[in-house]
Amino acid sequence: MEVERESLRARQLRARDLLRGDLEGKDLEQYVEESVLTTTLENALNWGRANALFPLTFGLACCGIEMMSMVTSRYDIARFGAEAFRASPRQADMIILSGRVSIKMAPVVRRVYDQMLEPKWVIAMGACSSSGGMFANYAVVQGADKFMPVDVHIPGCPPRPEALLHGFNKLQRLVRGQPDLGWRQRYNAVGTEEWARFETGEPTSEAIERAAKAVEDA
Amino acid sequence: MPDAPGLELIAQGIEEGRQGIVIETSVEHGRATLVVNPEGLLHALSWLRDQPDQAYRFLSSVHAADYLPATPRFAVHYELLCRERVERINVKALLEDPAAGNGATGAPGSEAEDAPVDAGLPEIDSCVALYPTAEFQEREAYDFFGIVFKGHPDLRRILMPEDYVGWPQRRDYPMGGEPVLFTHNEIEAPRWFE
Repeated sequence: MEVERESLRARQLRARDLLRGDLEGKDLEQYVEESVLTTTLENALNWGRANALFPLTFGLACCGIEMMSMVTSRYDIARFGAEAFRASPRQADMIILSGRVSIKMAPVVRRVYDQMLEPKWVIAMGACSSSGGMFANYAVVQGADKFMPVDVHIPGCPPRPEALLHGFNKLQRLVRGQPDLGWRQRYNAVGTEEWARFETGEPTSEAIERAAKAVEDA
Repeated sequence: MPDAPGLELIAQGIEEGRQGIVIETSVEHGRATLVVNPEGLLHALSWLRDQPDQAYRFLSSVHAADYLPATPRFAVHYELLCRERVERINVKALLEDPAAGNGATGAPGSEAEDAPVDAGLPEIDSCVALYPTAEFQEREAYDFFGIVFKGHPDLRRILMPEDYVGWPQRRDYPMGGEPVLFTHNEIEAPRWFE
């Protein structure tokens, strides 16, 4: 305890010296090294975006109840910085399609999505918004990706809030530029990425190797 | 709930001065039903509403049904409630399908789609003047079954999109959606996994 207090005191004195301009040479270099982090602007921006994704206040069906409970203290999406549900699409970064999209609702959803400002992301929550689910009939759109881009599909009917949180974490990885959660390494599936089909549209051995290397470097 | 003799008395009362309205009476599963022909429907409903000892002044439901192989094909059901005695009675009006025989169905791509609304669709008198709550329910019956209610103040689709084509709850209307591959129909799509 005493040592900590002394080292804190030493750092405070060093900061005071820096502000006065008295810090020079090695001391200055060490101070800068300790207190400055360098990164690219893009990385910093993406880090900020990923940790402050504002979802749109928007529920479509029963999945909406699970989405609401994701915000409660038991599951608490505030841990990941997405607890601020915005009531205006202009202020939202992300829309969670929580439920089946009927053909009458689809234009409305599309308009709300178009009103959101770039960059924007979409989570299709549950079987219905991903594929139509059990509603294979005339009234329900068979998958929301028929009329708008979807970044993350979350299976389940409805998915539990934990599943939604997991999907949200995947979206965060996507926003940060690292789309996978490392499962390819765990399941020995490196090289099965769809973006490995570079030039020819077919998975070539070079493309697969390049992809595998990119994953390892990341 | 009128019992079978009570229902017969009601039918006699309705037919007083106007014959041939009630086609059939039935009391099944504790539900009394009067089957009427569509021309006499409004007379039957107003008689049930305005007769002091009947006083079925609450219309709890209007809905249509499609009994496709049967003729007449359609029926509109009216569920009446007397709130003083807490008694219910059903009135069922049978409707022929005018499009039957010429091959037209409610499905998209058929003739009925291009035809004007009043050709090829079954028609019945609207009871909005008697029971104002029927307005939205008749719109729903029109929306799903294509039954035209004559005299309705605002007969539009209510649940389906307004530019929707077809009558989706009819029995000859295709299910829609996309076929899902289960193990039992896997044989219909050979080598689907390739």
